Amino acid sequence: MSLLAVEQLRVQIRTENGEITIVDGVDYAVEEGQVFGVAGESGSGKTISVLALLQLLPRGASTSGRAIYNGRDLLRLSGRALRRIRGRELAMVFQDPLTSLHPMMTIGRQLSEHVRVHEGASKRAALARAAELLAEVRIPDPERALHAFPHQFSGGMRQRVAIAGALATRPKLLIADEPTTALDVTVQAGILRLLDRLRRENRLSVILITHDLGVMSSIADHVSVFYAGRIVESGPTRDLLSAPRHPYTRALLDALPHPEAEGRTQLLAIPGMPPSPRRRPSGCAFHPRCAYATDESRTDVPPLVPVSDGRLLACHVDPFAVAP
Amino acid sequence: MSVLEVRSLDVVYRRQGVAVHAVVGASLALERGRITGLVGESGCGKSSLARAVVGLVKPAAGEIVFAGTRLSPLRRGARPRHETRLQMVFQNPYSSLNPRRTIGSQIADGLRLVGGRKRGASRVRAGELLEQVGMSAAAAGRFPHQFSGGQRQRIAIARALAVDPEVIVLDEPLSSLDASAQAQIANLLVGLARELDLGLLLISHDLAIVRHIADDVSVMYLGRIVEEGRTREVWAAPQHPYTEALVAAIPTSDGSGTLPEALPGEVPDPASPPSGCRFHPRCSYVFARCPTADPPLYDLGADRAAACFLRDPLGVARQPKTTREGVT
Repeated sequence: MSLLAVEQLRVQIRTENGEITIVDGVDYAVEEGQVFGVAGESGSGKTISVLALLQLLPRGASTSGRAIYNGRDLLRLSGRALRRIRGRELAMVFQDPLTSLHPMMTIGRQLSEHVRVHEGASKRAALARAAELLAEVRIPDPERALHAFPHQFSGGMRQRVAIAGALATRPKLLIADEPTTALDVTVQAGILRLLDRLRRENRLSVILITHDLGVMSSIADHVSVFYAGRIVESGPTRDLLSAPRHPYTRALLDALPHPEAEGRTQLLAIPGMPPSPRRRPSGCAFHPRCAYATDESRTDVPPLVPVSDGRLLACHVDPFAVAP
Repeated sequence: MSVLEVRSLDVVYRRQGVAVHAVVGASLALERGRITGLVGESGCGKSSLARAVVGLVKPAAGEIVFAGTRLSPLRRGARPRHETRLQMVFQNPYSSLNPRRTIGSQIADGLRLVGGRKRGASRVRAGELLEQVGMSAAAAGRFPHQFSGGQRQRIAIARALAVDPEVIVLDEPLSSLDASAQAQIANLLVGLARELDLGLLLISHDLAIVRHIADDVSVMYLGRIVEEGRTREVWAAPQHPYTEALVAAIPTSDGSGTLPEALPGEVPDPASPPSGCRFHPRCSYVFARCPTADPPLYDLGADRAAACFLRDPLGVARQPKTTREGVT
């Protein structure tokens, strides 16, 4: 059984000009010890769809569908039951760790408070556990780091501290929203290796949200590609990135500079821009930017259907189908 | 002749009374019609170098020669006319464009600088510039907030083009953009360099993009340029261990599941750089000579150079006659 099964998740936000749909019927499942990748450009609904799971959406947003975690629907939890799961079994790290770390509290106090609230440990035991957590995320000299403030760390080290904070409650699922986007590649590589180790050694499941397909390729087991609030393609990372089936997935990959591209060739930019949720095109939302669109693409929303082992695709045309 | 030359540049900031050397003896030459990439981790001094190049900070030593004339730092008020042909585009086009003024009037500022256009002619020219960066001339009547990040970056580029520049310094112009906008702007930059014969200095931490569009590349570490050469050759066979580490850290997007290599440690505080070669505490090839002497940038021929004792033509074991400590 999956650790988390999301079914027909829909998020709408009320605005002055009526309701707009940000996430439009999304299904996926995350397995234990799996890094589940959510890819897409800004505005595709990838972040909103996971904030919805934790009931962290702004006022005026309404959510429907189901998100079954451990036999319970996360979307229906409230009060103590919600607090028992959110921030504990399901933890989160963000792009900018400064937003989740208190600037005027020492690292040791922030981490140990977390441990004490969760495990009811003594002050001394909680500090010891905080040092352990810092060691686990490979912060050099953890004892000294306990007395430091967030601003005394570099971006990469702060992200490690934020991950240590998330791990304090021994979560089963870590939601990481663009955790390496603000970091240098050399530091990013370290964070990716850390997540990979946690997945292997602690059986931690990770929902990794990133627009960076290189990051995805490094550690995700499975990738779902979001476009305009829907999943357009989904499958095992290796298959999906080496042989994309949806024209949008293919276009995203083609837009990346490739090491194999000898000499200077133009990058294959996708024409136009991602649509605003206020003005989502009819039918397949990608059709105005797609070279393969047909009349059917313009009128009917393509369903997300299985096309091969573990692979799901939402495209009427399927121009990159492999011949049987 | 190079249109822009940076010679032995030092940029020094004061931090709580302590001198911080952000750029140390950096040299760089930019040719028209070519893109030069400047890469390195954050804190390596690449933005300081860029700001010195356009005169936003005063160099502590060294000189910057633009189109044959020594550049003077910006003063309040007028900038010497010829220096307006050296332009800069910043990372965040939202903060570099005035939110209360139309796109057209902001581009017209530049047109007025180069002088003598009537209002009507300015309007036509602003439209042309917008089309040159792939936008519609009608955008001139609208405001920055009506555009996406990628479009705003195009507008910032159009505004830089208004003064008929010879060189544009671009500080992380692509890093706040999505993949599709990034590819569009990258293509635009290549087109502009070729068609308008512009020299572009592209500062970026996105090595994959630099590898793709820059003709030449300089790699910076802790204030020093540690390697330079033709981009393709630098990437194919890095001659400095730092460059090698940077290249190995780029994730590939082929779905192979290969984890990129992490470079241990962090960029040290430029206020107290390591002795000898600044990279030695993080270097996997470090040997006796590295902590004691600072390697010069060895000329390796074919426009290649690397500041690593492994590339010393006289052999790695040789003790240097003079160290470059304190050289400006």
